[in-house]
Amino acid sequence: MAYQIRLNGETRALDVAGDTPLLWAIRETAGLTGTKFGCGIAQCGACTVHADGAPTRSCQMTVADAEGVEITTIEGVSGPIAETLAQVWAEMDVPQCGYCQSGQLMAAVALLAESPTPSDADIDAALWGNLCRCATYQRIRAGVHEAARRLEA
Amino acid sequence: MLAKMDPPKGLAALEAAWDARPTRRTFLIGAAAAAGGLVVGLRPLDAARASETAAASPANPLIGYIRITPDNRVTVLSSQFDMGQGVYHGIATLVVEELEADWSQVDVQGAAGDVTLYGNILWGGTAQGTGGSTSMATSWERYRKAGAAARAMLVAAAAEAWDVPGDQISVAAGVLSHPDGRRASFGDMAGRAAEMAPPQDPPLKARGQWSQIGNEALRRFDSAGKTNGSHRFTIDVALPGMLTAVVAHPPRFGARVASFDAGGALAVKGVTDVVQIPRGVAVVAESTWAALKGREALSVAWDESEAETRGSREILDTYHRLASEPPKAIARAEGDAAGALASSAQTLEASYEFPYLAHAALEPMNAIAAMSEAGELEVWGGHQIPTLYQYIAAQIAELPPERVRLHVMTTGGSFGRRAVADGDVVAEAVAVAKAIGWRAPVKVQWTREDDMAGGRYRPAYVHRLRAGLDEEGNLVAWENHIVGQSILAGTPFEAAMVQNGIDYTSVEGASNLPYAVPNLSVGLTSTDVGVPVLWWRAVGSTHTAFAVEAFIDELAAAAGKDPYAFRMAMLADHPRHRAVLQTAAEKAGWAEPLPEGRHRGLALHESFGSVVAHVVELAMEGGAPVIHRVVAAVECGTVVNPDVVRAQIEGGTAFGLGAIMAEELTLEAGRVQETNYDAYTPLRIDQAPAVEVHIVPSDARPSGVGEPGLPSIGPAVANAIAAATGRRVRQLPIRKALDV
Repeated sequence: MAYQIRLNGETRALDVAGDTPLLWAIRETAGLTGTKFGCGIAQCGACTVHADGAPTRSCQMTVADAEGVEITTIEGVSGPIAETLAQVWAEMDVPQCGYCQSGQLMAAVALLAESPTPSDADIDAALWGNLCRCATYQRIRAGVHEAARRLEA
Repeated sequence: MLAKMDPPKGLAALEAAWDARPTRRTFLIGAAAAAGGLVVGLRPLDAARASETAAASPANPLIGYIRITPDNRVTVLSSQFDMGQGVYHGIATLVVEELEADWSQVDVQGAAGDVTLYGNILWGGTAQGTGGSTSMATSWERYRKAGAAARAMLVAAAAEAWDVPGDQISVAAGVLSHPDGRRASFGDMAGRAAEMAPPQDPPLKARGQWSQIGNEALRRFDSAGKTNGSHRFTIDVALPGMLTAVVAHPPRFGARVASFDAGGALAVKGVTDVVQIPRGVAVVAESTWAALKGREALSVAWDESEAETRGSREILDTYHRLASEPPKAIARAEGDAAGALASSAQTLEASYEFPYLAHAALEPMNAIAAMSEAGELEVWGGHQIPTLYQYIAAQIAELPPERVRLHVMTTGGSFGRRAVADGDVVAEAVAVAKAIGWRAPVKVQWTREDDMAGGRYRPAYVHRLRAGLDEEGNLVAWENHIVGQSILAGTPFEAAMVQNGIDYTSVEGASNLPYAVPNLSVGLTSTDVGVPVLWWRAVGSTHTAFAVEAFIDELAAAAGKDPYAFRMAMLADHPRHRAVLQTAAEKAGWAEPLPEGRHRGLALHESFGSVVAHVVELAMEGGAPVIHRVVAAVECGTVVNPDVVRAQIEGGTAFGLGAIMAEELTLEAGRVQETNYDAYTPLRIDQAPAVEVHIVPSDARPSGVGEPGLPSIGPAVANAIAAATGRRVRQLPIRKALDV
């Protein structure tokens, strides 16, 4: 049966088994591949989306459970926070391979929405679950601080 | 187990191609350089000589290296594979510099299929591949010359079109112009330029004329797609009608399929096929989720009669025993190490133990194979050694290699994992597509668990070191015995690259010890273990740097000397090492006092032609090290992109730090224990220090930066822990050694 999923502000009918993780439905059925598969057990954060604004591991939410929830992916995230972070990410050459960065950015957007001037400890807590095997962490940290500074100005 | 694998016949063809090179001498230079590149990073200066004899850009650059289209786009066709290290940007920088293109019109694509065009010059040009931090070195002349030749052809085209002398035409930011006011874009002249004769040896800009190379303000051209989700990795490729396969692999290395029951899997909605391939049983489905559910329902009986059933503890215990016996082969011997040890005023001995490590790149292994209606096989993937993969795919598909077209994708990391002698997941994808009769494109997608349990680890090693000091505390004797698996044994590289029982990847960083020691012996005992192993970012230097630099530190302490001064006194013949160590020490304030409770450690290492030193400042809290400051210095020849160099040293340092602190892949009775990121634990943000990177200037040709950032961070941390606690870390990871 098709599930009616609110995805990036639109209602999409996704015809998949109800136990399909949202991750695979987003990627393969909706065709939005910015959300990445890394571990499948909520340990790497590459699949982070926003569910009603909250950073959520889409590998752990089934399509059936996603009905009635406003899902936002890296392709649909918008607004000053997301735009500033993306701009800073490029200016500071944060990404290396880039595979984790959708998840990093989704987590960072949620952090700055909640906490406009985060401390290092706030950043550690919010981004701890987002692995970067290239280990771009120091630039991620600097990027979040820089985006916060620009958004405050 | 690698030794037990049957190498595909295509590899024999590649070897034959190597053997058929003009002279045996040339071949050996190529092979040695291959060791330097792919695996070892053997002094690139040796390899640089090979590059001088190799044609830099013999072909039409507008066909092989650069594509300029009427829509004014400039596409650089990269011989080198970008796994995140930024080689696409580096190569584009070389082209933009000479071509005078505008960055906004530039893109880079992976290229494959022509060894003449894309062969790695540091490997003698015999194969296309990325490894050993050789990408900028192999590209340095090739892509600058390509850019210069393309510019000359554009100028010639404009001169013809405008009927003016070429030397009256100037080129800047992608625009050709004449003093009379006529202007044309590259796109305007693209068609005509393609008809021009490429200059054979176009002059290159002098160093002082560079505007791109070394430009501090330049940023990577490929960041935008990596911040908005549009950058496509292999996992993102979706072809019409494509099916997805997951493979049930043996639970122990070396086991084989005895029989299987496909019934349960085929009952899962969306599963289309269950097929046996040489390395397991593949479940093919219309979606990844269906394939995964199908695999859950699959029943496979395994023949484990030839499987490796030992645990990693048992394997390492064996290594400790072997390390106390004489080595099977000697990699380097000078003077009389045994005699000097016997007559030393003071002798020290230490053994170091290194676990298996997983690459654990974030994009799990994958590849896609599709047979076109015209009978051409196309393969998408992170093709780190395209030449090999083309042969392997062709052999499986029973096609001539020229009927195989590789699409080289950028991948979510690799760290060496996608350079595998038997083709690995690439071979699986082709085998599955063949097994279903080529009726649909097939993506083979591994899960994290497949990836972690799939072998190809950094081998476990034990080092035993003994050294002697004279009465003045000078190092007079050095013995280093390394025990562990050979990465190259059983691969097509073995014949050329394992010499006299020495796999250079096992001893690099130890056998080229830079310190002046009159009596020295570095020996190797390669072991026969059924765990598949592979190069892992920085390869041999991941363990040799630790053993050497930790032991040197211990010797300095025993001699009552400062660790910095002790090293510098033995580096008279190594000015690059001296400059790097001095820079790191000065920037870190090595001679300055530290606050209460803070301690420093340093380490120095050359790998892949670059020299790096680290100084670490830490405090012990609750028995665990808390790192407060990391200073790195690097000398990597001419710097193409300063910010990319910094990024690689930062990332390499953090990657190395995470590994020595907490990474370990263990086996119990032959079964991998850490199968996901909950148990195998790469560095996370809370443990990542801000690395201060200082680049030591050099006019030499570029050497690498993808790997050299790793080796010296580990021993620098261990040496700081020793300074803090008096305790020497001799077993990795540190978290385990300190029980924290």
